[in-house]
Amino acid sequence: MRAMFCVLSAASLLLASCATEEQKPAAQAPVEAKPAPQPVQTPAVKPVETPKKAAASPFAALKDPNNILSKRSIYFEFDKFDVKAEYRPLVEAHAKFLRENPSAKMLIQGNADERGSREYNVGLGQRRSDAVKKMLTLLGAREDQIEAVSLGEEKPACSEHSEECWAKNRRDDMLYSGEY
Amino acid sequence: MIRLLALLFLWIPAAHAQLSIEITGAGAQRIPIAIVPFAGENTLPPGISSIVRADLERSGLFRGLELPPLTPEPTEATSINYAEWRARLADALLVGSVQQRPDGRFEVRFRLHDVVKQQPLGGIAYTLNKDQARATAHRVSDFVYEKLTGEKGVFSTRIAYVVKRGNRYELQIADYDGANGETALASFESIISPIWSPDGKRLAYVSFENKKPVVYIHSLSDGRRHVVANFKGSNSAPAWAPDGNRLAVVLSREGGSQLFMINADGSGVRRLASSTAIDTEPRFSPDGQSIYFTSDRGGTPQIYRMSAGGGEPQRVTFEGSYNVSPRISPDGKTLAYITRNDAKFQVALLDLSSRQVQILTDSDRDESPSFSPNGRMILLATVIGERGVLSAVSADGRVKQRLSTAGGDVREPAWGPFIE
Repeated sequence: MRAMFCVLSAASLLLASCATEEQKPAAQAPVEAKPAPQPVQTPAVKPVETPKKAAASPFAALKDPNNILSKRSIYFEFDKFDVKAEYRPLVEAHAKFLRENPSAKMLIQGNADERGSREYNVGLGQRRSDAVKKMLTLLGAREDQIEAVSLGEEKPACSEHSEECWAKNRRDDMLYSGEY
Repeated sequence: MIRLLALLFLWIPAAHAQLSIEITGAGAQRIPIAIVPFAGENTLPPGISSIVRADLERSGLFRGLELPPLTPEPTEATSINYAEWRARLADALLVGSVQQRPDGRFEVRFRLHDVVKQQPLGGIAYTLNKDQARATAHRVSDFVYEKLTGEKGVFSTRIAYVVKRGNRYELQIADYDGANGETALASFESIISPIWSPDGKRLAYVSFENKKPVVYIHSLSDGRRHVVANFKGSNSAPAWAPDGNRLAVVLSREGGSQLFMINADGSGVRRLASSTAIDTEPRFSPDGQSIYFTSDRGGTPQIYRMSAGGGEPQRVTFEGSYNVSPRISPDGKTLAYITRNDAKFQVALLDLSSRQVQILTDSDRDESPSFSPNGRMILLATVIGERGVLSAVSADGRVKQRLSTAGGDVREPAWGPFIE
């Protein structure tokens, strides 16, 4: 990456050096000895913040990459349907969101890897989406806020025929209304 | 210009749509038949005799003999010298003619002879339009096949399958040999589980066009379709009851994947069975009395049978840890399904009375078996060289064919019923 940056900057700007980390800071002005400044009495400042966009619509949090709510996928082990402990904070965050936003609706799409019967794989994906739906409702989301469906093996996130790829396809995706 | 582009867009896939068939195995005992070019058939392209010969050879039960030039060519009106045909090692002889009528239509006449018994086995005269040559040839093949084997031919039947090309899915309908492929439905989301209505006029299938599986019924002649099941959750695995008025479907509306019955118009949904397992892939027995289905209630997916009226299911498959996609033969005596052997998914055939199991294929990613309506062949989807193709295997495992199309993945085959 650095090399590419280097070539680009060299080519476009014809800089003599394109080193980045090694580059020395610009020479600083010499320090002059001065008496230390005296503290000045200043009036107290009350900080004011402009309203954040997030506060205007709670749904913006769903798209904020720094918010856990922007994470939507839950991965499953081969032939397994239980939600692994590592996904509990994610499911809890979405349950809280659904509780606090009663108008929010979620579609959970369960998926399976490509091996075996397409219809049985619809069943496996359904078992995965049902598992997350159940967890969300146990955590306080309303049943009618959530639809759990299955895409079986029809929407693979990864299309190679390898265990690494299959693991990415054994997955639930959580979508909010407007996203599907 | 826009219209031209639209035409090109539609035309290009159609040009690639044709399935081509390749025979990769044949029966041990093939009937040697002499098929004489029909007199005058060059006026009716693509002719009759070459299609009949291809049909019969593809069945794996016939061998078309190479014939010397015959002058004059015998026709259905000719008196046959059986000894001469016996000397050419023919067991059967097909002769015929094509004539254009004054009204512009055509007449195809033929006669089949049993050379060994030295007697005619009958013949038919058809009147047809110019575009019906192939269909007429398939009817001739059906006649020959039935007279010489005692079972009905499937040369006039059609098949349905799904072709995936890039991110585009097409539900196609073609003649049994892959010719005359037409797109019934094109979509940017997957289409699975097509199944023919008993009258051959409609298809039920599952479409993911609404970001979830929904069951539709599609009328082929007018392209009209309607939703049969779009309940909350997933709706999949349709199976027609033999009466053509109801379907078994799999719904998750009450949690899990469970079997329900529903009328073809989407009314009257009622639960068929209740379990905490995945119950899916229902299929009616030909008499409508039983439903075979896949369930993992015993820990692994296996095939079960239950009364169509409900009641306790009985397990049908016991060998192996993965047996799915049950398809009952048209006579109700055998069950084809997909079994996993090590990491291979293959077509197995279970004799329901003797309990004998035979693995029919040597491919390793088989899916979606489908019996021909006479029960002799099983059409299936498999993968060859990373590409989805259709293949067919005879119920005795001897005859093997492969159907593939250029530039697409073919999957989800369904063989249609006899059309009267």
